[in-house]
Amino acid sequence: MKTTSVGEDVVVLPQKTRSTRRLQDRMTIVLFLLPALVLFSIFLVYPIFQSVYYSLFSWKGFGPAVNFIGLDNFKRILTDRIFLKAVGNGLLIVVSSLIIQLPLALALALMVGRKLRGRAFFRTIFFMPYVLSEVITGIMWMILFSPEPNRGFINAILILIPGLKAQPWLGDTRTVLLSIFVVLTWKFFGFHMLLYLAGLQNIPPEIEEAALIDGVNNRQMITLITIPLISSTIRTSVYLSVLGSLQVFALVWIMTKGGPVNASEVMSTYMYRFSFVRFQLGYGSAVAIVMLLISLVFSLAYLRMLRQTDYLN
Amino acid sequence: MSDNYSYRRINLKKSLPMIFKYIILFLAVLIIITPVVMLVFGALKTRGEFMTRPYTIPIPPNWENYARVLRLPVFWSMLLNSFLVMIAKTTGVVIICSLTAFVFSRMKFRGQELLFNFFTLGIMFPIAIAILPVYLMVRQIGLTNNLWGVILVQTSFQLSICIVILRSFFKSVPSELQDASYIDGCNAFGFFWRILLPLSRPALAAVASLSMVASWNDLLVPLVLIDKKKLWTLPLGTMQFQGQYGIDLSLVAAFLTLSAVPAIIFYIFAERQIISGLTAGAIKG
Repeated sequence: MKTTSVGEDVVVLPQKTRSTRRLQDRMTIVLFLLPALVLFSIFLVYPIFQSVYYSLFSWKGFGPAVNFIGLDNFKRILTDRIFLKAVGNGLLIVVSSLIIQLPLALALALMVGRKLRGRAFFRTIFFMPYVLSEVITGIMWMILFSPEPNRGFINAILILIPGLKAQPWLGDTRTVLLSIFVVLTWKFFGFHMLLYLAGLQNIPPEIEEAALIDGVNNRQMITLITIPLISSTIRTSVYLSVLGSLQVFALVWIMTKGGPVNASEVMSTYMYRFSFVRFQLGYGSAVAIVMLLISLVFSLAYLRMLRQTDYLN
Repeated sequence: MSDNYSYRRINLKKSLPMIFKYIILFLAVLIIITPVVMLVFGALKTRGEFMTRPYTIPIPPNWENYARVLRLPVFWSMLLNSFLVMIAKTTGVVIICSLTAFVFSRMKFRGQELLFNFFTLGIMFPIAIAILPVYLMVRQIGLTNNLWGVILVQTSFQLSICIVILRSFFKSVPSELQDASYIDGCNAFGFFWRILLPLSRPALAAVASLSMVASWNDLLVPLVLIDKKKLWTLPLGTMQFQGQYGIDLSLVAAFLTLSAVPAIIFYIFAERQIISGLTAGAIKG
Protein backbone atom coordinates (compact mmCIF):
# COMPACT_ATOMS: atom_id res chain seq x y z
CA MET A 1 0.00 0.00 0.00
CA LYS A 2 2.76 2.36 0.89
CA THR A 3 4.04 2.58 -2.66
CA THR A 4 0.64 3.05 -4.31
CA SER A 5 0.74 6.27 -6.26
CA VAL A 6 -2.16 8.57 -6.93
CA GLY A 7 -2.58 7.29 -10.48
CA GLU A 8 -2.87 3.66 -9.50
CA ASP A 9 -5.19 4.51 -6.68
CA VAL A 10 -7.64 6.21 -8.95
CA VAL A 11 -7.32 4.09 -12.06
CA VAL A 12 -6.71 0.55 -10.87
CA LEU A 13 -8.48 0.10 -7.58
CA PRO A 14 -11.11 2.79 -7.33
CA GLN A 15 -14.03 0.72 -6.13
CA LYS A 16 -12.22 -1.51 -3.73
CA THR A 17 -10.12 1.10 -1.95
CA ARG A 18 -13.07 3.38 -1.57
CA SER A 19 -15.26 0.76 0.05
CA THR A 20 -12.54 -0.58 2.32
CA ARG A 21 -11.67 2.97 3.26
CA ARG A 22 -15.26 3.70 4.10
CA LEU A 23 -15.47 0.58 6.23
CA GLN A 24 -12.21 1.51 7.93
CA ASP A 25 -13.50 5.01 8.60
CA ARG A 26 -16.69 3.64 10.12
CA MET A 27 -14.68 1.36 12.36
CA THR A 28 -12.47 4.27 13.37
CA ILE A 29 -15.46 6.45 14.22
CA VAL A 30 -17.08 3.78 16.35
CA LEU A 31 -13.90 2.72 18.13
CA PHE A 32 -12.73 6.27 18.79
CA LEU A 33 -16.04 7.45 20.17
CA LEU A 34 -16.61 4.37 22.28
CA PRO A 35 -14.60 5.26 25.43
CA ALA A 36 -16.13 8.72 25.80
CA LEU A 37 -19.56 7.36 25.01
CA VAL A 38 -19.27 4.64 27.64
CA LEU A 39 -18.04 7.00 30.37
CA PHE A 40 -20.71 9.55 29.51
CA SER A 41 -23.47 7.01 29.58
CA ILE A 42 -22.38 5.45 32.87
CA PHE A 43 -21.49 8.58 34.82
CA LEU A 44 -23.65 11.27 33.27
CA VAL A 45 -26.68 10.14 31.34
CA TYR A 46 -27.75 7.08 33.29
CA PRO A 47 -27.36 8.82 36.69
CA ILE A 48 -29.57 11.69 35.53
CA PHE A 49 -32.37 9.38 34.52
CA GLN A 50 -31.96 7.34 37.66
CA SER A 51 -32.22 10.49 39.77
CA VAL A 52 -35.37 11.55 37.96
CA TYR A 53 -36.79 8.19 39.03
CA TYR A 54 -35.61 8.46 42.65
CA SER A 55 -36.88 12.02 42.91
CA LEU A 56 -40.40 10.60 42.92
CA PHE A 57 -39.77 8.59 46.07
CA SER A 58 -39.16 9.18 49.72
CA TRP A 59 -35.99 7.13 50.01
CA LYS A 60 -33.30 6.87 52.66
CA GLY A 61 -30.81 5.30 50.31
CA PHE A 62 -30.91 1.69 51.50
CA GLY A 63 -32.82 -1.07 49.79
CA PRO A 64 -35.09 -0.42 46.84
CA ALA A 65 -37.12 2.76 46.73
CA VAL A 66 -40.72 1.75 47.45
CA ASN A 67 -42.36 4.76 49.04
CA PHE A 68 -43.68 6.49 45.91
CA ILE A 69 -44.79 10.04 46.61
CA GLY A 70 -45.17 11.50 43.13
CA LEU A 71 -44.14 15.13 42.85
CA ASP A 72 -44.23 15.80 46.59
CA ASN A 73 -40.47 16.26 46.75
CA PHE A 74 -40.66 19.01 44.17
CA LYS A 75 -43.54 20.67 45.98
CA ARG A 76 -41.51 20.59 49.15
CA ILE A 77 -38.46 22.09 47.44
CA LEU A 78 -40.38 24.97 45.94
CA THR A 79 -42.02 25.83 49.23
CA ASP A 80 -38.98 25.30 51.45
CA ARG A 81 -37.87 28.65 52.82
CA ILE A 82 -34.28 27.51 53.09
CA PHE A 83 -34.11 26.35 49.49
CA LEU A 84 -35.53 29.66 48.31
CA LYS A 85 -32.94 31.40 50.48
CA ALA A 86 -30.25 29.29 48.79
CA VAL A 87 -31.54 30.30 45.35
CA GLY A 88 -31.62 33.94 46.45
CA ASN A 89 -28.06 33.75 47.75
CA GLY A 90 -26.97 32.15 44.49
CA LEU A 91 -28.58 34.98 42.54
CA LEU A 92 -26.89 37.54 44.79
CA ILE A 93 -23.53 35.92 44.09
CA VAL A 94 -24.26 35.83 40.36
CA VAL A 95 -25.32 39.47 40.23
CA SER A 96 -22.48 40.78 42.38
CA SER A 97 -20.00 38.80 40.29
CA LEU A 98 -21.38 40.40 37.16
CA ILE A 99 -21.41 43.96 38.46
CA ILE A 100 -18.28 43.91 40.63
CA GLN A 101 -15.97 41.03 39.88
CA LEU A 102 -16.05 41.10 36.09
CA PRO A 103 -15.74 44.91 35.71
CA LEU A 104 -12.83 44.80 38.15
CA ALA A 105 -11.18 42.08 36.09
CA LEU A 106 -11.80 44.05 32.92
CA ALA A 107 -10.39 47.26 34.39
CA LEU A 108 -7.23 45.53 35.52
CA ALA A 109 -6.88 43.75 32.19
CA LEU A 110 -7.18 47.08 30.37
CA MET A 111 -4.52 48.57 32.67
CA VAL A 112 -2.13 45.74 32.03
CA GLY A 113 -3.07 45.82 28.38
CA ARG A 114 -0.78 44.41 25.74
CA LYS A 115 2.55 45.97 26.34
CA LEU A 116 2.79 47.28 29.88
CA ARG A 117 6.18 46.62 31.38
CA GLY A 118 5.82 43.83 33.93
CA ARG A 119 2.79 42.38 32.16
CA ALA A 120 3.90 38.79 32.73
CA PHE A 121 4.54 39.46 36.41
CA PHE A 122 1.08 40.89 37.01
CA ARG A 123 -0.55 38.09 35.09
CA THR A 124 1.28 35.45 37.12
CA ILE A 125 0.35 37.02 40.45
CA PHE A 126 -3.28 37.74 39.63
CA PHE A 127 -3.88 34.27 38.31
CA MET A 128 -2.17 32.45 41.19
CA PRO A 129 -5.26 32.22 43.47
CA TYR A 130 -7.05 30.29 40.74
CA VAL A 131 -4.47 27.51 41.00
CA LEU A 132 -4.73 27.21 44.79
CA SER A 133 -7.37 24.69 45.82
CA GLU A 134 -10.66 25.88 47.24
CA VAL A 135 -9.86 23.98 50.42
CA ILE A 136 -6.62 25.88 50.99
CA THR A 137 -8.27 29.16 50.00
CA GLY A 138 -11.20 28.57 52.31
CA ILE A 139 -9.17 27.67 55.40
CA MET A 140 -6.72 30.49 54.76
CA TRP A 141 -9.52 33.06 54.63
CA MET A 142 -11.23 31.56 57.65
CA ILE A 143 -8.10 32.42 59.61
CA LEU A 144 -7.99 35.91 58.08
CA PHE A 145 -11.65 36.48 58.98
CA SER A 146 -11.25 35.32 62.60
CA PRO A 147 -13.32 37.51 64.91
CA GLU A 148 -10.46 38.23 67.34
CA PRO A 149 -8.06 40.89 66.01
CA ASN A 150 -5.06 38.95 67.34
CA ARG A 151 -5.90 36.01 65.07
CA GLY A 152 -7.72 37.53 62.12
CA PHE A 153 -5.68 39.92 60.03
CA ILE A 154 -8.73 41.67 58.58
CA ASN A 155 -10.00 42.69 62.00
CA ALA A 156 -6.48 43.67 63.00
CA ILE A 157 -6.45 46.16 60.12
CA LEU A 158 -10.00 47.25 60.81
CA ILE A 159 -9.44 48.27 64.42
CA LEU A 160 -6.59 50.53 63.34
CA ILE A 161 -9.22 52.77 61.75
CA PRO A 162 -10.76 54.92 64.48
CA GLY A 163 -14.43 54.28 65.09
CA LEU A 164 -14.47 50.77 63.63
CA LYS A 165 -14.80 47.62 65.70
CA ALA A 166 -13.84 44.02 65.03
CA GLN A 167 -16.54 42.09 63.20
CA PRO A 168 -17.35 38.38 63.40
CA TRP A 169 -17.43 38.32 59.56
CA LEU A 170 -18.29 34.67 58.91
CA GLY A 171 -20.30 34.35 62.12
CA ASP A 172 -22.76 37.13 61.42
CA THR A 173 -25.77 36.56 59.20
CA ARG A 174 -25.42 40.07 57.80
CA THR A 175 -21.77 39.90 56.75
CA VAL A 176 -21.25 36.25 55.91
CA LEU A 177 -22.32 36.42 52.27
CA LEU A 178 -20.27 39.54 51.70
CA SER A 179 -17.23 37.82 53.19
CA ILE A 180 -17.69 34.79 50.96
CA PHE A 181 -18.06 37.08 47.98
CA VAL A 182 -14.75 38.75 48.84
CA VAL A 183 -13.06 35.34 48.81
CA LEU A 184 -14.73 34.35 45.54
CA THR A 185 -13.54 37.58 43.97
CA TRP A 186 -10.02 37.10 45.31
CA LYS A 187 -9.90 33.62 43.84
CA PHE A 188 -11.63 34.06 40.50
CA PHE A 189 -11.12 37.60 39.20
CA GLY A 190 -7.71 36.57 37.86
CA PHE A 191 -9.32 33.93 35.68
CA HIS A 192 -11.60 36.46 34.04
CA MET A 193 -8.77 38.93 33.72
CA LEU A 194 -6.83 36.24 31.89
CA LEU A 195 -9.68 35.76 29.44
CA TYR A 196 -9.81 39.51 28.78
CA LEU A 197 -6.07 39.67 28.30
CA ALA A 198 -6.30 36.89 25.74
CA GLY A 199 -9.14 38.74 24.05
CA LEU A 200 -7.08 41.97 23.96
CA GLN A 201 -4.23 40.01 22.43
CA ASN A 202 -6.49 39.18 19.49
CA ILE A 203 -7.22 42.81 18.59
CA PRO A 204 -5.11 43.84 15.62
CA PRO A 205 -2.95 46.82 16.72
CA GLU A 206 -3.73 48.59 13.43
CA ILE A 207 -7.30 49.26 14.52
CA GLU A 208 -6.19 51.12 17.62
CA GLU A 209 -3.51 52.94 15.69
CA ALA A 210 -6.09 54.06 13.14
CA ALA A 211 -8.35 55.27 15.91
CA LEU A 212 -5.48 57.23 17.44
CA ILE A 213 -4.87 58.92 14.12
CA ASP A 214 -8.57 59.78 14.01
CA GLY A 215 -8.02 61.56 17.31
CA VAL A 216 -9.97 59.51 19.83
CA ASN A 217 -9.12 60.07 23.47
CA ASN A 218 -8.45 57.35 26.01
CA ARG A 219 -12.00 56.98 27.20
CA GLN A 220 -13.40 56.77 23.68
CA MET A 221 -10.74 54.26 22.78
CA ILE A 222 -11.87 51.97 25.58
CA THR A 223 -15.63 52.36 25.26
CA LEU A 224 -15.92 52.62 21.48
CA ILE A 225 -13.07 50.48 20.22
CA THR A 226 -11.59 48.07 22.73
CA ILE A 227 -14.66 46.83 24.60
CA PRO A 228 -16.77 46.21 21.48
CA LEU A 229 -13.86 44.30 19.97
CA ILE A 230 -13.61 41.93 22.92
CA SER A 231 -17.36 41.64 23.37
CA SER A 232 -17.38 37.95 22.49
CA THR A 233 -14.80 37.30 25.20
CA ILE A 234 -16.92 39.28 27.64
CA ARG A 235 -19.97 37.22 26.78
CA THR A 236 -18.03 34.01 27.36
CA SER A 237 -16.75 35.25 30.67
CA VAL A 238 -20.28 36.21 31.74
CA TYR A 239 -21.46 32.72 30.84
CA LEU A 240 -18.65 31.02 32.76
CA SER A 241 -19.11 33.33 35.73
CA VAL A 242 -22.81 32.54 36.04
CA LEU A 243 -22.28 28.79 35.63
CA GLY A 244 -19.42 28.96 38.12
CA SER A 245 -21.51 30.84 40.66
CA LEU A 246 -24.18 28.16 40.45
CA GLN A 247 -21.57 25.52 41.29
CA VAL A 248 -19.88 27.13 44.28
CA PHE A 249 -19.56 24.40 46.85
CA ALA A 250 -16.19 23.73 48.46
CA LEU A 251 -15.47 27.31 49.53
CA VAL A 252 -18.82 27.73 51.25
CA TRP A 253 -18.78 24.27 52.76
CA ILE A 254 -15.30 24.79 54.20
CA MET A 255 -15.88 28.27 55.57
CA THR A 256 -19.46 28.21 56.87
CA LYS A 257 -21.25 24.96 55.91
CA GLY A 258 -24.03 27.29 54.75
CA GLY A 259 -24.43 28.95 58.15
CA PRO A 260 -24.93 30.75 60.39
CA VAL A 261 -28.63 29.88 60.31
CA ASN A 262 -28.53 29.23 56.57
CA ALA A 263 -27.42 32.78 55.85
CA SER A 264 -24.81 31.58 53.33
CA GLU A 265 -26.68 28.55 52.03
CA VAL A 266 -26.33 27.95 48.28
CA MET A 267 -28.03 25.29 46.20
CA SER A 268 -25.09 22.90 46.18
CA THR A 269 -24.59 23.00 49.96
CA TYR A 270 -28.33 22.51 50.38
CA MET A 271 -28.25 19.44 48.16
CA TYR A 272 -25.13 18.13 49.88
CA ARG A 273 -26.70 18.47 53.31
CA PHE A 274 -29.89 16.65 52.42
CA SER A 275 -28.07 13.93 50.47
CA PHE A 276 -24.95 13.18 52.47
CA VAL A 277 -25.67 14.48 55.96
CA ARG A 278 -29.36 13.66 56.36
CA PHE A 279 -29.44 10.88 53.77
CA GLN A 280 -32.77 11.89 52.26
CA LEU A 281 -31.68 10.65 48.87
CA GLY A 282 -35.05 10.92 47.17
CA TYR A 283 -35.34 14.54 48.17
CA GLY A 284 -31.67 15.18 47.30
CA SER A 285 -32.30 13.71 43.84
CA ALA A 286 -35.19 16.09 43.34
CA VAL A 287 -32.95 19.01 44.35
CA ALA A 288 -30.33 17.84 41.85
CA ILE A 289 -32.94 17.73 39.11
CA VAL A 290 -34.10 21.26 39.93
CA MET A 291 -30.50 22.50 39.86
CA LEU A 292 -29.90 20.76 36.57
CA LEU A 293 -32.98 22.38 35.08
CA ILE A 294 -31.88 25.82 36.25
CA SER A 295 -28.42 25.34 34.74
CA LEU A 296 -29.86 23.93 31.52
CA VAL A 297 -32.45 26.68 31.07
CA PHE A 298 -29.86 29.36 31.71
CA SER A 299 -27.37 27.79 29.29
CA LEU A 300 -29.86 27.33 26.49
CA ALA A 301 -31.39 30.78 26.96
CA TYR A 302 -28.00 32.47 27.05
CA LEU A 303 -26.64 30.62 24.04
CA ARG A 304 -29.80 31.38 22.12
CA MET A 305 -29.65 35.04 23.03
CA LEU A 306 -26.04 35.18 21.89
CA ARG A 307 -26.89 33.61 18.59
CA GLN A 308 -29.62 36.15 18.01
CA THR A 309 -27.40 39.12 18.75
CA ASP A 310 -24.73 37.61 16.55
CA TYR A 311 -27.22 37.40 13.73
CA LEU A 312 -28.15 41.03 14.27
CA ASN A 313 -24.57 42.14 13.96
CA MET B 1 19.41 72.53 29.28
CA SER B 2 15.99 74.17 29.01
CA ASP B 3 15.22 71.89 26.13
CA ASN B 4 15.94 68.97 28.29
CA TYR B 5 13.75 70.41 31.01
CA SER B 6 10.67 70.88 28.85
CA TYR B 7 11.14 67.42 27.46
CA ARG B 8 11.13 66.10 30.97
CA ARG B 9 7.98 67.99 31.83
CA ILE B 10 6.08 66.55 28.92
CA ASN B 11 7.35 63.18 29.95
CA LEU B 12 6.08 63.70 33.46
CA LYS B 13 2.67 64.65 32.17
CA LYS B 14 2.63 61.54 30.06
CA SER B 15 3.94 59.26 32.72
CA LEU B 16 1.62 60.45 35.48
CA PRO B 17 -1.26 58.18 34.40
CA MET B 18 1.33 55.45 34.05
CA ILE B 19 2.45 55.90 37.66
CA PHE B 20 -1.17 55.90 38.74
CA LYS B 21 -1.68 52.65 36.85
CA TYR B 22 1.26 51.02 38.57
CA ILE B 23 0.06 52.17 41.99
CA ILE B 24 -3.32 50.53 41.44
CA LEU B 25 -1.80 47.37 40.04
CA PHE B 26 0.62 47.05 42.93
CA LEU B 27 -2.22 47.58 45.39
CA ALA B 28 -4.01 44.70 43.72
CA VAL B 29 -0.85 42.60 43.93
CA LEU B 30 -0.67 43.39 47.63
CA ILE B 31 -4.25 42.26 48.18
CA ILE B 32 -3.59 39.04 46.31
CA ILE B 33 -0.39 38.05 48.06
CA THR B 34 -1.01 39.29 51.63
CA PRO B 35 -3.18 36.29 52.61
CA VAL B 36 -0.56 33.90 51.28
CA VAL B 37 2.30 35.73 52.95
CA MET B 38 0.41 35.77 56.26
CA LEU B 39 -0.05 32.05 55.95
CA VAL B 40 3.64 31.41 55.34
CA PHE B 41 4.61 33.70 58.23
CA GLY B 42 2.15 31.94 60.51
CA ALA B 43 3.55 28.55 59.62
CA LEU B 44 7.03 29.66 60.66
CA LYS B 45 5.98 30.61 64.19
CA THR B 46 5.48 28.59 67.33
CA ARG B 47 1.97 28.34 68.66
CA GLY B 48 2.80 30.87 71.35
CA GLU B 49 4.31 33.33 68.91
CA PHE B 50 1.24 33.03 66.73
CA MET B 51 -0.88 34.12 69.69
CA THR B 52 1.29 36.97 70.92
CA ARG B 53 2.48 38.58 67.70
CA PRO B 54 0.62 37.03 64.81
CA TYR B 55 1.50 39.49 62.05
CA THR B 56 5.22 40.01 62.38
CA ILE B 57 7.95 38.53 60.26
CA PRO B 58 9.00 35.27 61.88
CA ILE B 59 12.59 35.83 63.03
CA PRO B 60 14.06 33.38 63.77
CA PRO B 61 11.90 31.04 61.71
CA ASN B 62 10.56 28.03 63.52
CA TRP B 63 10.66 24.98 61.24
CA GLU B 64 9.10 22.63 63.77
CA ASN B 65 5.58 22.92 62.29
CA TYR B 66 6.79 21.83 58.88
CA ALA B 67 8.76 19.00 60.43
CA ARG B 68 5.70 17.84 62.33
CA VAL B 69 3.55 17.79 59.21
CA LEU B 70 6.22 15.97 57.23
CA ARG B 71 6.46 13.34 59.96
CA LEU B 72 2.75 12.53 59.63
CA PRO B 73 2.39 9.31 57.60
CA VAL B 74 -1.07 10.43 56.49
CA PHE B 75 0.42 13.48 54.78
CA TRP B 76 2.52 11.28 52.53
CA SER B 77 -0.28 8.85 51.76
CA MET B 78 -2.52 11.78 50.83
CA LEU B 79 0.16 13.17 48.60
CA LEU B 80 0.57 9.81 46.91
CA ASN B 81 -3.19 9.30 46.47
CA SER B 82 -3.66 12.75 44.97
CA PHE B 83 -0.75 12.12 42.66
CA LEU B 84 -2.04 8.73 41.49
CA VAL B 85 -5.51 10.07 40.86
CA MET B 86 -4.16 13.07 38.99
CA ILE B 87 -1.90 11.01 36.72
CA ALA B 88 -4.48 8.34 35.92
CA LYS B 89 -7.21 10.88 35.30
CA THR B 90 -5.06 13.09 33.10
CA THR B 91 -3.85 10.15 31.03
CA GLY B 92 -7.43 9.05 30.53
CA VAL B 93 -8.63 12.52 29.65
CA VAL B 94 -5.88 13.15 27.11
CA ILE B 95 -6.32 9.80 25.36
CA ILE B 96 -10.11 9.75 25.30
CA CYS B 97 -10.48 13.40 24.34
CA SER B 98 -8.00 13.25 21.51
CA LEU B 99 -9.77 10.21 20.05
CA THR B 100 -13.16 11.90 20.32
CA ALA B 101 -11.97 15.29 19.12
CA PHE B 102 -10.32 13.63 16.14
CA VAL B 103 -13.60 12.11 15.00
CA PHE B 104 -15.47 15.39 15.44
CA SER B 105 -12.89 17.48 13.65
CA ARG B 106 -11.77 15.16 10.84
CA MET B 107 -14.46 12.66 9.99
CA LYS B 108 -17.94 13.12 8.60
CA PHE B 109 -20.98 11.06 9.47
CA ARG B 110 -24.68 11.44 9.91
CA GLY B 111 -25.86 12.89 13.22
CA GLN B 112 -22.46 14.39 13.92
CA GLU B 113 -23.71 17.78 15.17
CA LEU B 114 -26.23 16.15 17.45
CA LEU B 115 -23.70 13.76 18.92
CA PHE B 116 -21.22 16.57 19.45
CA ASN B 117 -23.82 18.58 21.35
CA PHE B 118 -24.41 15.50 23.45
CA PHE B 119 -20.72 15.41 24.31
CA THR B 120 -20.77 19.02 25.48
CA LEU B 121 -23.51 18.21 27.99
CA GLY B 122 -20.92 18.02 30.75
CA ILE B 123 -20.40 21.78 30.57
CA MET B 124 -24.01 22.49 31.44
CA PHE B 125 -24.22 19.62 33.91
CA PRO B 126 -21.15 20.07 36.10
CA ILE B 127 -20.14 17.71 38.85
CA ALA B 128 -21.24 20.07 41.65
CA ILE B 129 -24.79 19.58 40.43
CA ALA B 130 -24.45 15.93 39.43
CA ILE B 131 -22.74 14.67 42.55
CA LEU B 132 -25.67 12.83 44.13
CA PRO B 133 -26.79 11.03 40.96
CA VAL B 134 -23.15 10.12 40.33
CA TYR B 135 -22.66 8.90 43.89
CA LEU B 136 -25.64 6.56 43.57
CA MET B 137 -24.21 5.16 40.35
CA VAL B 138 -20.74 4.65 41.79
CA ARG B 139 -22.23 2.92 44.82
CA GLN B 140 -24.15 0.56 42.55
CA ILE B 141 -21.03 -0.55 40.74
CA GLY B 142 -19.17 -0.90 44.02
CA LEU B 143 -16.47 1.71 43.47
CA THR B 144 -16.92 3.77 46.62
CA ASN B 145 -13.84 3.78 48.82
CA ASN B 146 -11.79 3.04 45.76
CA LEU B 147 -9.50 5.50 43.99
CA TRP B 148 -10.76 4.16 40.65
CA GLY B 149 -14.17 5.56 41.46
CA VAL B 150 -12.66 9.01 41.93
CA ILE B 151 -10.58 8.67 38.77
CA LEU B 152 -13.47 7.57 36.57
CA VAL B 153 -15.82 10.27 37.82
CA GLN B 154 -13.24 13.03 37.52
CA THR B 155 -12.36 11.83 34.01
CA SER B 156 -15.98 11.74 32.87
CA PHE B 157 -16.64 15.28 34.02
CA GLN B 158 -13.49 16.69 32.44
CA LEU B 159 -14.23 15.27 28.99
CA SER B 160 -16.60 17.91 27.62
CA ILE B 161 -14.40 20.96 27.95
CA CYS B 162 -11.30 19.12 26.75
CA ILE B 163 -13.08 17.71 23.71
CA VAL B 164 -14.16 21.24 22.80
CA ILE B 165 -10.61 22.59 23.16
CA LEU B 166 -8.96 19.79 21.22
CA ARG B 167 -11.55 19.79 18.47
CA SER B 168 -11.02 23.45 17.73
CA PHE B 169 -7.26 22.89 17.68
CA PHE B 170 -7.47 19.81 15.45
CA LYS B 171 -9.70 21.75 13.08
CA SER B 172 -6.99 24.34 12.62
CA VAL B 173 -4.57 21.72 11.24
CA PRO B 174 -4.76 22.12 7.44
CA SER B 175 -6.74 19.38 5.70
CA GLU B 176 -4.07 19.19 2.95
CA LEU B 177 -1.91 17.34 5.46
CA GLN B 178 -4.62 14.74 5.86
CA ASP B 179 -5.04 14.35 2.07
CA ALA B 180 -1.31 14.03 1.63
CA SER B 181 -1.06 11.36 4.30
CA TYR B 182 -3.90 9.39 2.72
CA ILE B 183 -2.14 9.53 -0.63
CA ASP B 184 0.96 8.23 1.09
CA GLY B 185 -1.05 5.25 2.25
CA CYS B 186 -1.93 6.25 5.79
CA ASN B 187 -5.35 5.32 7.05
CA ALA B 188 -7.32 7.49 9.44
CA PHE B 189 -5.52 6.09 12.43
CA GLY B 190 -2.13 6.57 10.81
CA PHE B 191 -2.87 10.21 10.17
CA PHE B 192 -4.12 10.67 13.71
CA TRP B 193 -1.18 8.93 15.35
CA ARG B 194 1.75 10.00 13.18
CA ILE B 195 0.76 13.48 12.08
CA LEU B 196 -2.06 15.06 14.03
CA LEU B 197 -0.96 14.14 17.56
CA PRO B 198 2.68 15.23 17.21
CA LEU B 199 1.49 18.51 15.67
CA SER B 200 -0.92 19.07 18.54
CA ARG B 201 1.55 18.77 21.38
CA PRO B 202 0.90 22.31 22.72
CA ALA B 203 -2.86 21.71 22.78
CA LEU B 204 -2.40 18.32 24.45
CA ALA B 205 -0.15 19.92 27.07
CA ALA B 206 -2.78 22.60 27.69
CA VAL B 207 -5.54 20.04 28.12
CA ALA B 208 -3.34 17.92 30.37
CA SER B 209 -2.43 20.88 32.60
CA LEU B 210 -6.04 21.92 32.91
CA SER B 211 -7.07 18.44 33.90
CA MET B 212 -4.22 18.12 36.40
CA VAL B 213 -5.10 21.33 38.21
CA ALA B 214 -8.77 20.38 38.37
CA SER B 215 -7.96 16.94 39.74
CA TRP B 216 -5.39 18.09 42.28
CA ASN B 217 -7.78 20.66 43.76
CA ASP B 218 -10.98 18.65 43.64
CA LEU B 219 -12.66 18.23 47.00
CA LEU B 220 -16.21 17.19 46.19
CA VAL B 221 -15.66 13.85 44.46
CA PRO B 222 -13.30 12.35 47.06
CA LEU B 223 -15.40 13.85 49.86
CA VAL B 224 -18.43 11.96 48.68
CA LEU B 225 -16.80 8.75 47.48
CA ILE B 226 -14.02 8.15 50.02
CA ASP B 227 -14.33 7.32 53.72
CA LYS B 228 -11.16 5.39 54.45
CA LYS B 229 -8.38 7.52 55.86
CA LYS B 230 -5.69 5.80 53.85
CA LEU B 231 -7.46 6.73 50.61
CA TRP B 232 -7.80 10.44 51.40
CA THR B 233 -6.58 12.84 48.77
CA LEU B 234 -4.84 16.06 49.67
CA PRO B 235 -7.87 18.41 49.64
CA LEU B 236 -9.99 15.93 51.57
CA GLY B 237 -7.24 15.30 54.11
CA THR B 238 -6.56 19.02 54.44
CA MET B 239 -10.16 19.61 55.33
CA GLN B 240 -10.09 16.81 57.93
CA PHE B 241 -6.77 18.04 59.30
CA GLN B 242 -8.22 21.50 59.84
CA GLY B 243 -11.15 19.95 61.66
CA GLN B 244 -8.83 17.99 63.92
CA TYR B 245 -6.08 20.53 64.66
CA GLY B 246 -8.06 23.70 63.99
CA ILE B 247 -6.94 25.33 67.25
CA ASP B 248 -3.25 25.07 66.48
CA LEU B 249 -3.25 27.68 63.74
CA SER B 250 0.48 27.63 63.07
CA LEU B 251 0.37 23.88 62.47
CA VAL B 252 -2.64 24.26 60.15
CA ALA B 253 -0.79 27.01 58.32
CA ALA B 254 2.21 24.74 57.85
CA PHE B 255 -0.04 21.99 56.55
CA LEU B 256 -1.73 24.37 54.13
CA THR B 257 1.49 25.80 52.74
CA LEU B 258 2.98 22.34 52.31
CA SER B 259 -0.07 21.08 50.48
CA ALA B 260 -0.01 24.18 48.27
CA VAL B 261 3.63 23.70 47.32
CA PRO B 262 3.09 21.07 44.58
CA ALA B 263 0.40 23.22 42.97
CA ILE B 264 2.58 26.33 43.10
CA ILE B 265 5.60 24.54 41.63
CA PHE B 266 3.45 23.08 38.91
CA TYR B 267 1.95 26.50 38.22
CA ILE B 268 5.36 28.11 37.86
CA PHE B 269 6.46 25.50 35.33
CA ALA B 270 3.22 25.10 33.41
CA GLU B 271 1.73 28.58 33.60
CA ARG B 272 1.73 28.96 29.84
CA GLN B 273 0.02 25.60 29.27
CA ILE B 274 -2.60 26.19 31.95
CA ILE B 275 -3.37 29.62 30.60
CA SER B 276 -3.59 28.54 27.00
CA GLY B 277 -5.84 25.64 27.99
CA LEU B 278 -8.20 27.92 29.85
CA THR B 279 -8.31 30.66 27.27
CA ALA B 280 -8.64 28.23 24.36
CA GLY B 281 -11.59 26.58 26.07
CA ALA B 282 -13.25 29.86 26.76
CA ILE B 283 -12.48 31.88 23.68
CA LYS B 284 -12.79 29.41 20.89
CA GLY B 285 -15.41 27.25 22.59
